[in-house]
Amino acid sequence: MSDEFDRLKDALKSAPPSPDAARRAANVAAARKNFDDLQESAPQPRPISDRPFRAGLIKGVRTMLTKISTNAALIGSTSVAALVFGFYLSGNFTPGTIKTPAPAVITSSASIGNVAEPDGSTAPASPQAETRVEHDNAQSPADLALTAPTTADEESFADLDVGADAAPAAASTATAQATQSAPSPRSQVLGGVVAQSNLVEMAPPPPAISRLVAPAPSDIIAQPQPDNTESFANAEQNPVKVTVEEPVSTFSADVDTASWAIARSSIMNGSLPSPDSVRIEEMVNYFPYDYPAPDAGEGPFRADIAVIPTPWNPDTQLVRIALQGEMPAISGRPPLNLVFLIDTSGSMQSDDKLGLLRQSLKLMLTELRPEDQVAIVAYAGSAGQVLAPTPAADRGTIIAALDRLQAGGGTAGQAGLQQAYALATSMTGDGEVARVLLATDGDFNVGISDPEALKTYIATQRDTGVYLSVLGFGRGNLDDATMQALAQNGNGQAAYIDTLSEAQKVLVDQLTGALFTIASDVKLQVEWNPAEVAEYRLIGYETRALAREDFNNDRVDAGELGAGHAVTALYEITAPGSSALRNNPLRYATAAPVEGNGELGFLRLRYKAPGADSSQLIETPILQSDGILTPNPDAQFAAAIAGFGQLLRDDKYLGDWDIEDAIALATAGRGEDEFGYRGEAIRMMRLAGSLMPH
Amino acid sequence: MLMETSDEDLAQAAAGGDRAAFALLLERHYDRMFALAFRLTGRRADAEDLTQDICAALPTKLRHWRGEARFTTWLYRVVINATHDARRRLATRTRAANGWGDWEKSRQAEAAEAAQAQDWLANAMAQLNEDLRDTLALTLGEDLTQAEAADVLGVSEGTVAWRMSEVKKKLRAMAAEEGAA
Repeated sequence: MSDEFDRLKDALKSAPPSPDAARRAANVAAARKNFDDLQESAPQPRPISDRPFRAGLIKGVRTMLTKISTNAALIGSTSVAALVFGFYLSGNFTPGTIKTPAPAVITSSASIGNVAEPDGSTAPASPQAETRVEHDNAQSPADLALTAPTTADEESFADLDVGADAAPAAASTATAQATQSAPSPRSQVLGGVVAQSNLVEMAPPPPAISRLVAPAPSDIIAQPQPDNTESFANAEQNPVKVTVEEPVSTFSADVDTASWAIARSSIMNGSLPSPDSVRIEEMVNYFPYDYPAPDAGEGPFRADIAVIPTPWNPDTQLVRIALQGEMPAISGRPPLNLVFLIDTSGSMQSDDKLGLLRQSLKLMLTELRPEDQVAIVAYAGSAGQVLAPTPAADRGTIIAALDRLQAGGGTAGQAGLQQAYALATSMTGDGEVARVLLATDGDFNVGISDPEALKTYIATQRDTGVYLSVLGFGRGNLDDATMQALAQNGNGQAAYIDTLSEAQKVLVDQLTGALFTIASDVKLQVEWNPAEVAEYRLIGYETRALAREDFNNDRVDAGELGAGHAVTALYEITAPGSSALRNNPLRYATAAPVEGNGELGFLRLRYKAPGADSSQLIETPILQSDGILTPNPDAQFAAAIAGFGQLLRDDKYLGDWDIEDAIALATAGRGEDEFGYRGEAIRMMRLAGSLMPH
Repeated sequence: MLMETSDEDLAQAAAGGDRAAFALLLERHYDRMFALAFRLTGRRADAEDLTQDICAALPTKLRHWRGEARFTTWLYRVVINATHDARRRLATRTRAANGWGDWEKSRQAEAAEAAQAQDWLANAMAQLNEDLRDTLALTLGEDLTQAEAADVLGVSEGTVAWRMSEVKKKLRAMAAEEGAA
C-alpha cells in the first residue's frame, strides 16, 4: 500500500512541467506593472518619514541601480567591489548582527577617472555611480541582501532598475555585447561606508551590510514586450481569384476603425503591430474621404467608383468602390438613450484605460442634447448600475458618476451586458434610439459561460432595437476578436481609443455616425467580367466575406452604415493577357469571351432601411471609363494605406514596392487634410518604416 | 553572513511600495506558484492562466500582508483561493471542469515514459475530490507538514490527517481494482 502512496508522491513531485518562459516573463511584467500602477493609485502618498526601513534600504539600492548607466554599472560595481575588498582587508568588521546605534545616512559615490573599458581600451568614463541609502530605522538586520538573478534568459528587474535611464541605447547595446561572455559583475555595497574613489577616507565599521549582485549586463537591453493576452480577429489574406472560375465576390460593409488605432498604438510604442491585428479595410476606412454625398431622395448612400493604376504593379489596376452615407438633418433626430457599460475590472486601472475612458465620455457629453438620456452600468466582480437614467442636461450628475468609477475585481461581463440591455430597453420610448456603449480593455473573460450564446443574446437584443458599440481602451489584454464579434453582432461599431484625440474623432466628430444607423445589413457584391478582368483580388475584408448566396438572403446579417459614414473597398484587377497574371489559363476550360465592352464588372448593393425586414437593391456597372486621368488624392491615399497595411501584414503581392513608396504616395494623396488625420498617418508610416527590417 | 533577505522582509517592503522587493519576491516564487497551480489543476494551460491571474492580483493582495504567517504559507493560500475561484468559474462553463481528466488529451507531447507516469497520476487524481487533491498537492507535492497544510487550507490538522487517510483508502481501492482487472 505504501508503494501506491509513494508512487503518488513521486508522480506529484515530478508532475509540474517548467513554466512557459514567455508566459512567465509576461506574467511577471504584468504583475510588476500592476504593482507600479497600484503605487501610483495609492490614495495618499506615504510620508517619507514613515517609510519602513526595509523599503528604504532596498529602494536606495535600487535607486543606485537606476542611476548607473550600463557602462557605469560595470565600472562602478567593479570599483565598489574593490572598495569592499579593501574593507575586508581592514578587518575591522564583525559579521553577524550588528545593531545600528543611530540612523545613518550612507552615501557611496564612485567617481571614476580613467578606467579600463570592458574591451580593454582605456577611455575616460564620464558616468558617475552614486548611491544613497537612507536608514531611518535602527533595527536593521545585518543579513539584508538583495540578490538579482544573473542569468540572461530571465527577465530580471534589470530593465526596470538599470535600463530605465541607461545611457543611449547604442552605447548600452555595445557594452552589453562586449561583456556578454564576461562573468556577471558582482558588487558589494557596505552600509556606513562613505566611499570616495580611494580608500583613504574609510569610515568606521558599518552598521549594516547589504549585498548587491548586479544583474548581468545582457539584461539591460530592452526586451521585446511579449503580446500578453491580446488576441486578434483575422483570416488569411484574400487570394487572387480567377474570374472565369469565380466571377462573383461578396462581402459585408465594415465601418470599424479599430485596426488602425491598434496599429498606431503599437508603432508609437516602438514595435510593429502583430500581422494578425492588421485589417486593411479598417485602416482604409479610418480616414475621412471626400466622396460625393447622395442627393436628397436618392437613397441612404451613393456608390462612387474609380479606377486607378495600381501603385505597386504597373500591369494591374485598382478599382475603388466607395459608399458615402447621407448625413440626415440631425436637428430633428430622435432622442438618444445611451447606456455606458463600463468595465471596471482591475486591469482597467491605468491612465490610458479608465482615465482615458472618463475623459472620452466627458467629451462625448458635450455632443448630447438635453433631452438625450444617459445611464451607466459598471461591471467588475459584480455588475451594478452606477447611474440611473439621467437627462444629458444634468451633466454634473453624469460627470460625478464617471468620476466615482473605481477599478478593481474580476470581470463579470455577461451580467453587466444583460443589465445594460435591460436598462436600455426600459429607457426607450417609441421611435427613440437606444444603444449600449461597451467600454473595455477587452478583458471580457469572466462570466461568459458560452461565447456563442453571448453572440446570440446580442443578436436577439439587436432585433429588439437596442444596438451595441464597443470601445476598446489600453493595451495588454485587448481581446480584439471578442470586441469585433460583439460589435458585429450588435449592429455597432468597434473602435479602439488610444488617445484623447482618437476619442474626439470617434465620440465627437463622428458621434452622429456612430449612433444613428442609416442603412442596415449593407452587402456588396461584384461580378467581374471575364472579358475585361482575368484575375481580381479584394484587398482586406477577409473577416467580412459572405457566401455568394447570402447576398440575396435578407436573414443574413451584415454591416451597418451610420450617418455620414463612408466605406471604401479596393480590388486589384488584372486584364486578360497582362504580364501580371498569376495563374495560367486552363487548357480545357471554356475560353473567356475575347470581346470586351468596356464594362469591368457589375456592382450590386443591398441594404435595409433601419428597422425594415426586406432589403433594397442598387446596381451599377463598373466601367473602364471610371478610370481617372487626373490624380485623385482620395484614391491615392486609400491605395497608400492599403499598401501600408499589406506591408504590415503580408507583402507578397507588392513586389519591391516598399514603405518609402507608400509614404510618397500617401504624401501625394494628402489633399486638404482638414483634421490632420492623413498627416498623422504619414508620420506613423515613417515611424513604422524605421521599425521595419531592411 | 551574506544571507538572503527573508521572504517576509521582502513582502513587508513590497507591501510598503518597494518595487525591487516585489520584483525579487516574484522572481523567487513564480516557479513555485506555477508548480502548485499545476498540481492543483493538472493542466498546463490552466496552470499558466491561473498563475497569470495570481500575478496580476498579487500587488493588491500584498497590501493585506500583515506578516502573520510565513510568506510561503500566505502565498500558498493565495494560490489555493485563486484555484477555488477558477474552479467555481469553470463549473459554469460548458467546458466542464475536468482538469486532471483532460490530461489524457494533452499528454501526447510529453515523453512516453513521463506520459505514462502522468497518466497514472491523472487517473489517480481524477478519482479524488477537490479537497483531497488540494491536500495532496500541498503535502506530497509541496512537502508541507500536515500542520502547515492545515494552516494554508484553513482546516484543522486533524482534518488533513483524515483526508490523507482517505487518500490512502482510495489508493488501496484503486490498486485492488487494477489488480482485479
